[in-house]
Amino acid sequence: MSKLNEYCPSRLHGLWALTNRELKKWYKAPVIFLLSIIQPILWMGLLGKSMNIGAVFTGSSIPLPQLNPPLTPQQLQQLGGYFAGLQSSIMLNAFNTTDYFSFMAVGMIAFTALFTTMFSGMSVVWDRRLGFLNKALSTPVSRAVIIFSKVLSATLRSMFQAGIIILIAVAFGLQFGASFTPLSILGVFAIIFLICVGLSSLFIAITIRSTRMETPMAVVNLINLPLMFASNAFFPTKFMPDWLQTVAKFNPISYTIDAVRQLLIFNTDYIQLALDFTYVGIFAVIVATIGIVLSWRFLTK
Amino acid sequence: MSEEILKVDGLTKVFNGTLTAVDHVSFSVMRGEIFGFLGPNGAGKTTTINMLITVFKPTEGKASVLGFDIAKQDCNVRNVIGVVPQEYTADEDLTGLENVFLCADLYGIPRNVAKERAAELLKLVELTDFKDKKVQTYSGGMRRRLELACGLINRPKVLFLDEPTLGLDVQTRAATWDYIRKLKKEFGMTLFMTTHYLEEADALCDRVAIIDHGKIVVVGSPEELKHSLGGDIITLGIKEDADVSELIRKVENVKDVKKEDGSYRIKVENGELTAPLIIEALRRKGHAVTRLSLTEPTLNEVYLEYTGRSMRDTEESREAFMAQRMTMRRARGR
Repeated sequence: MSKLNEYCPSRLHGLWALTNRELKKWYKAPVIFLLSIIQPILWMGLLGKSMNIGAVFTGSSIPLPQLNPPLTPQQLQQLGGYFAGLQSSIMLNAFNTTDYFSFMAVGMIAFTALFTTMFSGMSVVWDRRLGFLNKALSTPVSRAVIIFSKVLSATLRSMFQAGIIILIAVAFGLQFGASFTPLSILGVFAIIFLICVGLSSLFIAITIRSTRMETPMAVVNLINLPLMFASNAFFPTKFMPDWLQTVAKFNPISYTIDAVRQLLIFNTDYIQLALDFTYVGIFAVIVATIGIVLSWRFLTK
Repeated sequence: MSEEILKVDGLTKVFNGTLTAVDHVSFSVMRGEIFGFLGPNGAGKTTTINMLITVFKPTEGKASVLGFDIAKQDCNVRNVIGVVPQEYTADEDLTGLENVFLCADLYGIPRNVAKERAAELLKLVELTDFKDKKVQTYSGGMRRRLELACGLINRPKVLFLDEPTLGLDVQTRAATWDYIRKLKKEFGMTLFMTTHYLEEADALCDRVAIIDHGKIVVVGSPEELKHSLGGDIITLGIKEDADVSELIRKVENVKDVKKEDGSYRIKVENGELTAPLIIEALRRKGHAVTRLSLTEPTLNEVYLEYTGRSMRDTEESREAFMAQRMTMRRARGR
């Protein structure tokens, strides 16, 4: 009996080939590539700039009471100064930063990650329908690699988009926090990597047995928006009702966004940052493990 | 020559605990053989192939490829087989060459070796001129050839072909048969294929198993199977109205005679030798034969005899399959 395969593939071989297959479809198709860049710009421009919450608290938007006798110009000036101070202290108190745009631009990163990873599950269904999955299953590539290539490609895409968002947000006027260093960017990518690994494993676990597009589509849509809004992406959780706060407290999206804010726009609270990383890290490990176990169990009928 | 490459013993697949797709199937395939699995759609052909290529786990029974158990040594099995699936699995957004490289990567073949093999295989399937074109521009026949090239990249000892000519027009189908014959000759490999085209099984396969409702009904070479039906059919007409059935029946080797609207349908053994005898016998009694045709039984008759199902059923489901695929292509936006 001659050697089986003279190249004795390793456990991880084929991972990059399969990942690159997904990525190629993206970066080789100019329209899809462009859209994936334009999408976050649109969202940020529309949501971030239209919800100009900071302006709500500016002095000019609050009518001064008509007093009798009228206020002297000196008193008016004092009052104006008081309102100006009030605005920034309200913003600081609520959002931990004076600039709402900076606050929500960071939320946008998580938003993009959620919607990009969502498609990793879809592409498993596609591969199943087109027969590619069976083809891959009949080659010596390990089952876990097939799944992990999906996770990895979605993660890399999300990280690329996150980079774009940060660049655009800076161009639109993102205000970095006092403790920001270029090193913080690495931290941002690290936490995005973790959450994307977790999320795409989650979506793949949901879709792994499905042969139809509709069912997983519905399930994913059902959980996507709640994950988004039951988090601190657009608004701080402390003003939410108790039950929603509880949900947000367990929502890994909240921790991701908090970590990115700590790194980019807040005065970094390192204990909180460590907590964020631990929580998201544990989430990623658990869900990815579930995903891989399921892939062993369910990819082979 | 008589080495068993593929050995299947009581292989069974039950889906969801109720639907028995493959029911205790046993057969073996010898080295260098083209073995065909012939049966109507839904007979269990693809399920069997999916178990042999380790994509499905058998519910019961055993099978081995080159001595490797498909359940316990599945990784070894995957290393020695090549698969050409029913669907076009090549990625439409990639070029032909990129697709072949992707397959090479899945087998862990280093790029320099893959380049050599890809050039060789693309030449074999005559796609060299199109290798840098995206697969979405390929015709059905070209895609099928690309699948063949992909399935051969790891120099498999056994090649599994699932409906290799499904959805191809008659000319392309014949061309694909030539490629398959070329493969067998050039690489001396063993081929296992499923098909519901009878001509295909007849033209390509050394041995055929007819499968229906998940069970093998009969195994044998196309010649043997046709022979098992009991001979050829002669149809003839004579000038006069007289009934000559009895006269024909007395001729040697004639097994059965039926008169059908003025012509006679005669079941005989060794048709080529018996036909002149019949003509001679009739002429001696003064009957002139005006026309005569000799039909050797085709696998078509064998198929009908054993499955009791007409080809139209399977044609319909083929159309349904094509329609479904068109819908999916449309869904992808082309």
